[in-house]
Amino acid sequence: MYDGAMAELIEQLGRLPGIGPKSAQRIAFHILDADPDDVARLVDAVREAKARITFCSVCGRATETDPCRICGDPRRDQTIICVVEESRDVIAIERTREFRGVYHVLGGAISPIDGIGPNDLRIAELMRRLADNTVGEVIIATDPNLEGEATATYLSRMLADLGVTVSRLASGLPVGGDLEFADEVTLGRAFAGRRSVT
Amino acid sequence: MWVSRLELRDFRSYESCELDLSAGPVVLVGPNGRGKTNLVEGIIYSSALDSHRVHGDAPLVRTGADHAVIRTTVATGERSTTVEIQLNPGRANRIQVNGQAVGRTRDVVGIVRSCVFAPEHLRLVKGEPADRRRFLDSVMVQVAPRYLGVRSDFERALKQRNAALRSLVAAPTREAEAVLAAWDERYAPIAAELAWGRYNAVQQLSDVVVDAYRRISPQDDEVTISYESAVPAWHSREELASALSEALRERHRDEIRRGGTLIGPHRDDIGINLNGPPARTHASHGEAWSLALALQLASFDVLNRIGDDPPVLILDDVFAELDEVRRERLLDAVTGAEQILVTAAVAADVPAQLHARSLQVTRVDGVTHIE
Ligand SMILES: Nc1ncnc2c1ncn2[C@@H]1O[C@H](COP(=O)(O)OP(=O)(O)OP(=O)(O)O)[C@@H](O)[C@H]1O
Ligand SMILES: [Mg+2]
Ligand SMILES: [Zn+2]
Repeated sequence: MYDGAMAELIEQLGRLPGIGPKSAQRIAFHILDADPDDVARLVDAVREAKARITFCSVCGRATETDPCRICGDPRRDQTIICVVEESRDVIAIERTREFRGVYHVLGGAISPIDGIGPNDLRIAELMRRLADNTVGEVIIATDPNLEGEATATYLSRMLADLGVTVSRLASGLPVGGDLEFADEVTLGRAFAGRRSVT
Repeated sequence: MWVSRLELRDFRSYESCELDLSAGPVVLVGPNGRGKTNLVEGIIYSSALDSHRVHGDAPLVRTGADHAVIRTTVATGERSTTVEIQLNPGRANRIQVNGQAVGRTRDVVGIVRSCVFAPEHLRLVKGEPADRRRFLDSVMVQVAPRYLGVRSDFERALKQRNAALRSLVAAPTREAEAVLAAWDERYAPIAAELAWGRYNAVQQLSDVVVDAYRRISPQDDEVTISYESAVPAWHSREELASALSEALRERHRDEIRRGGTLIGPHRDDIGINLNGPPARTHASHGEAWSLALALQLASFDVLNRIGDDPPVLILDDVFAELDEVRRERLLDAVTGAEQILVTAAVAADVPAQLHARSLQVTRVDGVTHIE
């Protein structure tokens, strides 16, 4: 095996999502072979991103400005909130150009086997955004898998008595998948065909 | 349908195996533990993406290897199709049909159709409900491949619901109640879907089991099989889903007390009755063997009906367990198969009238070889 700096590099790379021990080794050797300037750029990019990117205090998504570009845009319709699991889902929906409202990022889905309950998600923050009655519709766009559907059910029950319209993306999304991997046309159509659940 | 070629790499006790097979009967002979069942298990896995003896893929990969490959070529009439499965325990398996990647498991189930008779199944009548559900699922999934996905969704929903129940027991808050209620809404329709699939598989078996039993035991016995569920009276999938939700509500207190889900297809069973009373408690040893054989024959008939040609018939170690009369009746009953793969530890256990080509299975340094 490796020791010293090489072992440390492989260990740190191996902690990244989707990177197993073999890939970590491959990337480590790639870095050793690479031009020192390229490596410096990678290191800078990682450090800069970590230093500059925070979370929007309104919608909770990863951003460089607070509020984020979408929450701060006067042309966006602040009366419609689209609720998603992760920041990357926002990007997927933005690509469809179907939606002109604002977002709310939960930070995951309810999953009892992983010990993730409503308190671990940004649900209280969502309720606070709805408290002043300016929001007329909430679109629940959690992933079309078991956990996403259960979270949607939980939310729609919580929102049922608030007097807002609650809708869920139309079916047609690949069942069991991640929202971020749905293609633009399908996702766009699911948005246009959303149905009220309250 | 018949398997014309089987290749195994790092599967069970095989390091690398390439075997050309013929239609008709083929016997794999060799002492215990040589790798006979391992070989047919490769074919069985190609047909239902599940082994007939273990749940989970890890034991199927040769000890010390990272992944296994099963490559099965089947011939149906003039056409031949190759299914290749790379088993990656802990990660998604890679599946190809004729060299083209397929993403959905349901697109591969049904290409290799097989029907297994195994000692495990001979204990079907007196054994555990889980054994009967497993047998039933092997039929259901080949008849309607989408149930493979339904079953894995159900298993996940059940785990989630059980975890939600346990959190509620640990900390009985309004929020924990609401989380459980949300999971109930997910769980009930999926549970109903799976139960409906199993119910229909039982109906199909039920249509042919009486005749199958008569072929094994030519007496005037009355055999009935039925789907047994804790959910009372229902006639359609929709009725079943709402009856299931209702039953969950009724058993809520019991579930809290027991800390687990009491209603659903994971608790259901096939009821088998011989001349009235349940065979599990009343049938004699001989009757139980005949009933189990009849159930397997019935599954062969069901799988035979759904395709253009009969499934590959796999008789894993069954002759050793049967007396002379049942051996002959079994052989008479399965004449429809285009290929019969038989495994036996002792060649003399295989009836001579099968006129089978025989292959010797040996093992050197823990690795299986075939001659
Ligand atoms: N993942 C694995 N890696 C290596 N060897 C394995 C693996 N799984 C099973 N084996 C070996 O395969 C052997 C069992 O093979 P198999 O079940 O095919 O035997 P068999 O020839 O059918 O015997 P029997 O006549 O007793 O039924 C055992 O010795 C077991 O150790
Ligand atoms: Mg065996
Ligand atoms: Zn924002």
